[in-house]
Amino acid sequence: MDVFNAIIQTLDSTIRLSVPLLLACLAGLYSERAGIFDIGLEGKMLVGAFAGAAAASVFHSAFLGLGMAVVISVAFAMIHGFASITHRGNQIVSGVAINFIAAGSTIILGQAWFQQGGRTPALQPGERFEAITLPGAEAIRDVPIIGPIYAELLSGHSILVYLAFLMVPFTWWVLFRTRFGLRLRAVGENPAAVDTAGISVAWLRYRALICTGILTGIAGAYLSMVQNGGFVKDMTAGKGYIALAALIFAKWKPVNAMFACLLFGFLDAASIRLQGSPLPIIGKVPAQFMQALPYILTVILLAGFIGKAIPPRAGGVPYVKER
Amino acid sequence: MSTPYAKLPAWADYGLIPLINLFVAFVVAGFVVLLVGENPLRAAVILVEGAFGKGTGIAFTLFYATTFIFTGLSVAVAAHCGLFNIGTEGQAYIAGLGIAIVCLSFDSTLPWWLTFPLAIIAAAAVGALWALIPAYLQAKRGSHIVITTIMFNFIAASIMVYLLVGPLKPAASQAPQTRNFLAGAELPKLNWIIELFGAKIRSAPLNVTFLLALVMAFLVWLLIWRTKLGYEMRTYGHSPKAARYAGISETRIIITAMMISGALAGMMALNPVMGDQHNVAIDFVSGAGFVGIAVALMGRLHPFGIVLAAVLFGMLYQGGAELAFEMPAISRDMIVIIQGLVILFAGALEHMFRPYIQALFASFSPRSVGMEAVKGKGA
Repeated sequence: MDVFNAIIQTLDSTIRLSVPLLLACLAGLYSERAGIFDIGLEGKMLVGAFAGAAAASVFHSAFLGLGMAVVISVAFAMIHGFASITHRGNQIVSGVAINFIAAGSTIILGQAWFQQGGRTPALQPGERFEAITLPGAEAIRDVPIIGPIYAELLSGHSILVYLAFLMVPFTWWVLFRTRFGLRLRAVGENPAAVDTAGISVAWLRYRALICTGILTGIAGAYLSMVQNGGFVKDMTAGKGYIALAALIFAKWKPVNAMFACLLFGFLDAASIRLQGSPLPIIGKVPAQFMQALPYILTVILLAGFIGKAIPPRAGGVPYVKER
Repeated sequence: MSTPYAKLPAWADYGLIPLINLFVAFVVAGFVVLLVGENPLRAAVILVEGAFGKGTGIAFTLFYATTFIFTGLSVAVAAHCGLFNIGTEGQAYIAGLGIAIVCLSFDSTLPWWLTFPLAIIAAAAVGALWALIPAYLQAKRGSHIVITTIMFNFIAASIMVYLLVGPLKPAASQAPQTRNFLAGAELPKLNWIIELFGAKIRSAPLNVTFLLALVMAFLVWLLIWRTKLGYEMRTYGHSPKAARYAGISETRIIITAMMISGALAGMMALNPVMGDQHNVAIDFVSGAGFVGIAVALMGRLHPFGIVLAAVLFGMLYQGGAELAFEMPAISRDMIVIIQGLVILFAGALEHMFRPYIQALFASFSPRSVGMEAVKGKGA
């Protein structure tokens, strides 16, 4: 039973660790499908995390915190849009800029407002999202196999976790079953055609970026208000880039994105769990190798050794209406 | 004005517009200072005084500038070829490995002037090799170089952490870094140059790498504007189609440009490792590779502009340290914001003010913007 419990625990932390990746990855999906590269996922998550924790601790409300996280994150997405859609600037440069502004301003403002070395005050109960116990979880806890799976693995997460996983079918539905989604995908492949149909390319791309901002805001709020009881400087620690890697790994598809994020989350969980202890056959795996594995896998995928990752065709190219 | 970006006089293009962009970036940064509750003008005075007020300050400014010249040149060389090398950070970090191997092997036997060239070669070679894989994948398999170089930054960081907490760490030590280098791997300081002008310097890490950086800036200028290879790179950067039509090998030009870029990034590591710390420690690059993006954009990809921009950022780093001392509410992370704003306004929004300036120029002298006659005066 020990092995079974260990597996359940690892999978449980896999879910917890993959949620921010999943939200950020879906966020990137909206913007990249609309033809806007977004290196700034990292930065938008970071400002979301900061704004969420700061607002939650000032107003003593988790939902106000979440709201503020989304608002600020969308605002940063709009800066990205202003630079790369309205002014046709380089999307990668703009994303890099957003990451820097986010990294610097969260520390400076955090220090100025809360005087705790860039942290926000530790969130009290009620200011963060608590775990939800699914109905009947306690009753069937002792049932072998199914009990622990239901009670440990599926139950006992915060509402944002369930929201993140619900976003996967929702995003699929939006992108592939609605008019907005069709247009959004079209604008990422052939904006001129969308323009010819009389639809504003710029407005459509702005809307895609609003979706991105909302999701990165939630991802940030998850980091600072669920995973951690407050904001810590640089708490995204490269998750935005892993999400980007997951997005490529998923070939810009929502359901694949979920599996990619679960895989990368699992690697993270396994590296924490295995720290120092040797594996059968392979022997001791350095923790750094496990941490680098998502990046290595993505590079191998990009190199075309596991299928081929073909990005949206108009990605990264600013749209010029006429010349 | 049918074409959105008509020609402007060169001085406006390379002088006025970057200055306006820079100015706007600093005004926005000033607002952040206000938000924190300090006086932005006083902050600016402290910053400039901290950077240039004393000899020690100048030496520190130039020390930081040295690092940024390398990373700025690295980003610029790739950019001339139309490639965005975000991997400067990782290339510099992994180059620390090459330097460590050279220095740890020879520091007890060779004098610094023999170790230094070996370390230059090692740093450049490791940096170039680290850039080679993304370059090859871009050229041969079409993998987006921005994504692969980002991934390689993280892979480099993992490798270096692994080595510095394991094999490269002396057994007796706890700190994740190599042992300190002996005198044979310590670069001589250049502080006497500033002291020639009568300033006093207590202790500052400015060293001979600064001269190497200036030489590299000149060589990059030579490469980009005075050689066939540089011409080919610029052609490819301007229009890959035209380059292909002219018979330029895509693979060769991408790989060459990226390897030069990686080599320059790698040389950056010489400055902090051999000139200052005298060991290879975790995260010794600490973002300098990313500063290179800001420096290259602000310097408009020209070596001369890059040197100026690097000095400006050196000033921000040194002055920022003083500022953090005087105004505790403003830590050195303020520089990160300024850096971001500079990248935003000088990079992504570089054309924001252009139409207005063009209109201004057109109203004064139509010919300066390439118009034949004033509109509305047709016969």
